[in-house]
Amino acid sequence: MLSAIYAFVVGFIVLNAVVGMVTYVTLLERKFAARMQSRIGPYRVGPHGLLQPIADALKLMMKEDIVPRLADRAVYNLAPIVFLVPCMLIFATLPFAPGLGVADLNIGILFFLAVSAMEIVGLFMGGWGSNNKYALLSAMRAVNQIISYDLPFLFVALVPVLLAGSLKLSDIAAAQPDVLHWFIFYPVIGQLAFLAYIVATLAAENRVPFDILEAESELVAGFRVEYSGMKFALIQLGEYAHMIATSFLGALLFLGAWDGPGSAGSPWLGAFYFLLKAMFVFLLVTWIRWSFVRIRVDQILAISWKLLMPVALVLLMATAVVVTWKGPVGG
Amino acid sequence: MDIEGRQVLEMGYAGAERLTMNMGPQHPSSHGVFRAILTLEGETVVAVDAVIGYLHRCHEKLSETLTYTQYPSIASKTDYVAAMTSELAYVRAAEMVGKIDVPKRAQYLRVIAAELQRVASHCLWLGTWCLDMGGALGGGATVFLYCIREREDVLDLFESLTGARLLYGFHQVGGTRYDIPAGWAQKCRATVDKIDGRISEFEAMLESNAFFMARTQGVGTVSRELAQEVGISGPLIRGSGVNYDIRRAEPYSSYEDFDFKVPVEMAGDCLARYRVRMVEFRESIKIVRQALDGLPEGPISSRPGVKSVGQVRIPKGEAYARVEGARGEVGCYLIADGSAKPYRMKWRGASFSNLAVLPHIIPGHKVADVVAIMGSVDPVFGEVDR
Repeated sequence: MLSAIYAFVVGFIVLNAVVGMVTYVTLLERKFAARMQSRIGPYRVGPHGLLQPIADALKLMMKEDIVPRLADRAVYNLAPIVFLVPCMLIFATLPFAPGLGVADLNIGILFFLAVSAMEIVGLFMGGWGSNNKYALLSAMRAVNQIISYDLPFLFVALVPVLLAGSLKLSDIAAAQPDVLHWFIFYPVIGQLAFLAYIVATLAAENRVPFDILEAESELVAGFRVEYSGMKFALIQLGEYAHMIATSFLGALLFLGAWDGPGSAGSPWLGAFYFLLKAMFVFLLVTWIRWSFVRIRVDQILAISWKLLMPVALVLLMATAVVVTWKGPVGG
Repeated sequence: MDIEGRQVLEMGYAGAERLTMNMGPQHPSSHGVFRAILTLEGETVVAVDAVIGYLHRCHEKLSETLTYTQYPSIASKTDYVAAMTSELAYVRAAEMVGKIDVPKRAQYLRVIAAELQRVASHCLWLGTWCLDMGGALGGGATVFLYCIREREDVLDLFESLTGARLLYGFHQVGGTRYDIPAGWAQKCRATVDKIDGRISEFEAMLESNAFFMARTQGVGTVSRELAQEVGISGPLIRGSGVNYDIRRAEPYSSYEDFDFKVPVEMAGDCLARYRVRMVEFRESIKIVRQALDGLPEGPISSRPGVKSVGQVRIPKGEAYARVEGARGEVGCYLIADGSAKPYRMKWRGASFSNLAVLPHIIPGHKVADVVAIMGSVDPVFGEVDR
């Protein structure tokens, strides 16, 4: 009973922390993009625009909720929730610091990848249920893209798993006890795998240059063209939550998770370092987003199957060979 | 959709289910109000039908009710992105009918205005084109904002020259309405120098970007034959290997005094059109510098200032004047009957003729290419619908 209450409380805290983080990550991204584009960015609401995300959230809550007359109501209304739940669930396995997390599963990374792949169901429901041709095309693209990028994403994420010799996320983090042992600094394999991870992340998060399902200039807004108000906010929330989760995963798999100066004694300092690293990965992805043009659907599939997939497989095999030869890092 | 009745090119039927999709008239990348009815097989466009006319404002009829003094300011509203050139076409037609001389200084001022306008217009084209390909929430927006920053500088120049930023009323029959204010030439030089440097930045940024190249190379190829058959002009026809520029073929407003290059690319795809325009940027800047260097002293108009709007009268006759606008040949056919207003007037919009190439090149491409090709054609719908 006590453990159930504990799990509930921790889950509640993590969920709210994620929601808060999402609102402020949008501000971070807007400020960052503004600097890239020689603009100032949000500035009017609160000092340096610090209250802008709150204003945005309030605005979205107060907007009229429009349901297209010919939409498949049940599917249309359910889609944002089906999309949001897996995006939130993936935070369950993330250990934010040693012993600080909801559930440190022994198959953590498997759970993470499996659940994050579920978001496609919500995407397709939204695209189908809206009864809109733009949304339908976008849903078709979504299925194409996410299926083609989940496999390389999985294979790349398995590289640190092999190196650490465990599927448990806290074990993978523990296998990188200091800067020299971060997996990104593992000779050759580490850097290549990180690069491939970033590419696969971009595609999994539907960010430019792989944002063909949103494609404002062709498909207007893709699968969410008919959504407004709170339902739109839920989709947006899910998208950013997924982005933050994959940034955390990237920081955990390659950048030594909570390792940093003085982090051994204090889990809270470790959690802070982890957050910083996740934001670094997030900004890396954002940087790419704001400097590339979108590529075409056939080119996206070609990159996945002809380039990323073989690279990921070769990396995985090379890692396997190295690990059998030298033994896993985490022992 | 009645495809046969509208003479639209169509690909063969591959057996997949077809979907008719309406792109526009309200669409993020319709560059105004343009409706393209796409017939899709999956992601592939098999036919496209273009619907125009949403921005029709009766320009040609309107010109019959306005005097030669009044209409130039309205003429700028046909192609509102490059207002200087459409004004110029109108006043040139009036001058040709009336055999009115234009002082050398006014001709040079017209050249400066037209070439600065070309720079401003190409800035907007590059920005919106990248926006079409990269999205408002991606790298396209970054290029767009950089380009808008440059365009603003040119618009500031126009503002201090004419008092307006978009629709100028700078040209008038017999010369120009305004002379350059004190210190304007130095400011203009500084601005074009700055833009000249930034163009290299854009080129480095875009051409070293593999995704940009993947989206433009081999996309929307217009062959030399097709280009001549359809009657496209401007950067489009020069991108298809035809060396044709009215400034060179039929010099007007003292263009023969200036030394400039007419860029020609052979490939005919979006990248070729991009390269043509990037060279045009630099050539326009070169012409502006030459015109500022050689700006002669003298009056800016061969006619005295008008006291009433009906004072300028053009004798009976007709003429077709054409100028090289930012998008191609801007023509104005004018019939005068001796009064203060034209008897008839007809525009030849560059964008209108250029749009005619779309149904020939879009079928067979993916949906995403439609916006890239549209953007590379650079239509302005004020000029298409008039």
